[in-house]
Amino acid sequence: MHNFEFVKPSNIADAVQAMASEGAQALSGGQTLLPTMKQRLAQPETLVSLTAIPEMQGVCMGEGGLHIGAATTHATVAQEAASLYPGLAALAGGIGDPMVRNRGTVGGSVANNDPAACYPSAVLASGATVVTNTRKIAADDYFQGMFTTALEEGEIITSVIFPVPAKSAYVKFNQPASRFALTGVFVAQFDTGVRVAVTGASNNGVFRWAEAEAALSKDFSAAALAGLSVDASEMINDLHGTAAYRANLVKVLTGRAVTAAR
Amino acid sequence: MPKDTGIGASSKRREDVRFLTGVGNYTDDLSLHAQTHAVMVRSTVAHGRIVKIDTARAAAMPGVLAVFTGEDFAAVGGNPAGWLINSRDGTPMREPKRPVLAHGKVRHVGDAYAAIIAETYAQAKDAAQALSDDTQIEELPAIVDMKAALADASNRVHDEIPDNLCFDWGWIEDNRAAVDAAMQAAPHKVTLELTNNRLVPNAMEPRASIGEYFPGTGDYKLTTTSQNPHLTRLLIAAFVMGIPENKLQVVAPDVGGGFGSKIYHYGEEALVLAAAKRLGRPVRWTAERTESFLSDAHGRDHVTKIELGCTKEGDILAIRTETHANVGAYLSNFSTATPTFLHGTLMSGPYKVPHVYVNVKAVFTNTAPVDAYRGAGRPEATYSLERVIDMMARELGLDPFEVRRRNLLTPDQFPYQSPVGLMYDTGNYQATLDKAVELGDVAGFEARRAASAAKGKLRGMGLSTWIEACGIAPSNLVGILGSRVGLYDAATVRVNATGNISVMVGAHSHGQGHETVFAQVVAEKLGIPESSVEIVHGDTAKIPFGMGSYGSRSLAVCGSAMDRAMDKIIAKGKKIAAHMLEAAEGDISFADGKFSVAGTDKAKTFGEIAFSAYVPHNYPLETLEPGLEETAFYDPANFTYPAGAYICEVEVDPDTGRVEVASFTCADDFGNVMNPMIVEGQVHGGVGQGIGQALLENTTYDENGQLLTGSFMDYAMPRADDVPFYTVDASCATPCTHNPLGVKGCGEAGAIGSPPAVINAVIDALHRGGITHVKHIDMPVSPGRVWQAINA
Repeated sequence: MHNFEFVKPSNIADAVQAMASEGAQALSGGQTLLPTMKQRLAQPETLVSLTAIPEMQGVCMGEGGLHIGAATTHATVAQEAASLYPGLAALAGGIGDPMVRNRGTVGGSVANNDPAACYPSAVLASGATVVTNTRKIAADDYFQGMFTTALEEGEIITSVIFPVPAKSAYVKFNQPASRFALTGVFVAQFDTGVRVAVTGASNNGVFRWAEAEAALSKDFSAAALAGLSVDASEMINDLHGTAAYRANLVKVLTGRAVTAAR
Repeated sequence: MPKDTGIGASSKRREDVRFLTGVGNYTDDLSLHAQTHAVMVRSTVAHGRIVKIDTARAAAMPGVLAVFTGEDFAAVGGNPAGWLINSRDGTPMREPKRPVLAHGKVRHVGDAYAAIIAETYAQAKDAAQALSDDTQIEELPAIVDMKAALADASNRVHDEIPDNLCFDWGWIEDNRAAVDAAMQAAPHKVTLELTNNRLVPNAMEPRASIGEYFPGTGDYKLTTTSQNPHLTRLLIAAFVMGIPENKLQVVAPDVGGGFGSKIYHYGEEALVLAAAKRLGRPVRWTAERTESFLSDAHGRDHVTKIELGCTKEGDILAIRTETHANVGAYLSNFSTATPTFLHGTLMSGPYKVPHVYVNVKAVFTNTAPVDAYRGAGRPEATYSLERVIDMMARELGLDPFEVRRRNLLTPDQFPYQSPVGLMYDTGNYQATLDKAVELGDVAGFEARRAASAAKGKLRGMGLSTWIEACGIAPSNLVGILGSRVGLYDAATVRVNATGNISVMVGAHSHGQGHETVFAQVVAEKLGIPESSVEIVHGDTAKIPFGMGSYGSRSLAVCGSAMDRAMDKIIAKGKKIAAHMLEAAEGDISFADGKFSVAGTDKAKTFGEIAFSAYVPHNYPLETLEPGLEETAFYDPANFTYPAGAYICEVEVDPDTGRVEVASFTCADDFGNVMNPMIVEGQVHGGVGQGIGQALLENTTYDENGQLLTGSFMDYAMPRADDVPFYTVDASCATPCTHNPLGVKGCGEAGAIGSPPAVINAVIDALHRGGITHVKHIDMPVSPGRVWQAINA
């Protein structure tokens, strides 16, 4: 790890100002950034910690749904969202291991947009709103491919607002080594229709499976998926699974998520 | 009533107190005055010619004290292979020099070609990056695939070896024609091609070494993560650096796991010694996890074709194998023994097979060296054999349990001369199979299968009846077979004046629990409390000699040396007692910690004898020496032959291909058991590693020789929830006939016997589920592979 400066602002304005300096890098739970720095693959000049800003912490119901401060840890979400949005809480409780869950944050995960991360599927399937220091971004506009988002340079996610579906579930199939999602599917049933978001599978990052959404909006049962198939051409093909295998997992896991939805 | 002390007691592991409370003493824990830090500069390409290493910039960087390159070691010796193998045509194996630092060429990703020594670790890292940037390497095509390596004589890992072939070994070559004829004549023939996947050892503690040099005396000290400090000393002294053995102390303090990977001498050990001498300061190096992945000796990596000839009733008539064994870029110390004499000699398993022939071609590639890893050759043999026998049963429509019963050796056949050169001394393979069938509730399988089916899962059951040869090894035999070292062991039993005992043993414990078990053995024999016995290991300055721990040898070989040394202690104690009790030496007997005169109530306790030995006020010094300390070397008469039967049940999710191990039952024969709890733990660990190999672990190099599974993000280790609660039994014991403790060894059994049981269970599950086109799936049977096989 190379040397760096470390600042820990206590409000968003100070954080924004700190982020404006040359070579500044936002640090939330550090579950991706710190290992990258240890391997000398990243060498920011200044780390701006976002974990001491009170308005970026916590879980509560508010306008538009469940508001989660961006620096809220997975462990906190798992606990505090359990009765408010059980599908989301279960997702948070299944990320990594206890150490990861007690450091990693929703904002960090959504900002990084790892193609195998769990959270982006919930954000997209919920039709959530990503709130930053400057604006509100709809989930459908936010994710723009692997590790790519609508965030501008220096822009900080302050919270995410999740509309709460009537029923939801996240089913993850672990990559055997990392236990990231080899494929993960979040299904959310709203009065207005069903949204299905898939992580881990696609070369383009998290995506919505439109055919399944249409079928499930008519008939919310695993059987409704019977005639559908997933196009494997855009799927990830790697050591842990071929594109065809991932395409299969998308369908299998979607069915299981529908069955598990509460 | 279980014993609570001595042999047979489940004494708690005394070493765990320090391991679990953070007060162990590992190499990297040691902090020395004026110490410096070494960082290795490693190749990022698999194969290349070193054009130029410009050290000027790195050498001038802050804190940098020295820069070493291959040039600095060009004049010293190479790290040798410990075992000479001759090819079928009688020519000796090709044995390229393995230098301390790569010189001229780099031969695998991670091959160290330079080292930086600096005041701080961070400074050394910075300079290593600079040196890497300032090095010109002309990249050559990588040689990764073994068959391609043999086919292309123009592309060479070592310029002097034209076809990348180390050796082409036949066992037993003289039997080849007879085996071919028997195979030809067999009414049924089964052929199976399989891969025994390459594994990264992944000891919890990475390799680490600290070199010191003492200019006043010219002595060197190496503290290192070794399974056998004396062998490391011998290799450095006799081959690599020419330091006299009596000027080099090698200490292996607490070592956090080895699994074979720390048997061998590595270049970093020589580097820190050379650097310590040049700088006159201690030099320390600790591998990062990535370095462990890239540069520890890997395990397995065989590609095998096995053929089995049999009758229609399932009597095995002949077995013939052809294996390509990857030795990587250089020959690690035991790399040539592992695919040959630890593999080919086991190819008849626990069965009466009249004709067996094994062919192994060892191939150089641009990958990390491959050497012994828990089981070492025997898992490869067992996997090939147990898979092909299962396939035979399936092809003939026979029950896999009955097929094995039909072919297993029977107790009346011991001692048994196998067709591949081993003399099995004792065993009862039917007993362990019966026990496994009982404990694994084979009778209840159908009900469990139906319950799984109700959940949409395919349940299968797999069997493996395995044998191994361990307690390595009789020197006279291995000498004939090409070993360049003897494989005895040694122990000194020192009775202190106050009656407590220090035992200096050549075996090295890196997690096994020797400090507990060896103390139990001593306490039992000398009739004293376990707490009075201290086991000292891992320091060449304290221990007479030793060949270390691997090959499940510690108790069978070193424990026997300890037993012999105690015989000498008792004999000496009788002399002392005879003097003290004014009796004839022949009238003294020793039992329960007391020396007594036969037929009288006259006796001296062990403690009184010990005290007298060191306070010899009225000794007849012409005939009775003071002191009570004895050393014995023990060279085994034979290998030991643990064996057992393993039954695995799996559930396969046909939609995702995921395999879950539902249960695993082990019935083992380890001979006499000294500490049942520790034996059980060894089996748990071994089976866990075997399940890891079968389901999860895979080492993948791409066509450019880049290690794709170079971290735990991509290399899947078994975790607690990947393995079931095991059922383990060691009650069907047939004691070893040729060592004093009657022990056979248990360290590797689980890793040897378990992989085929898992794979047999997976194939069984698919067939019972109607998916009969799947004959075999290579390890690891990852979900993706299983799903693909189902949907092929």
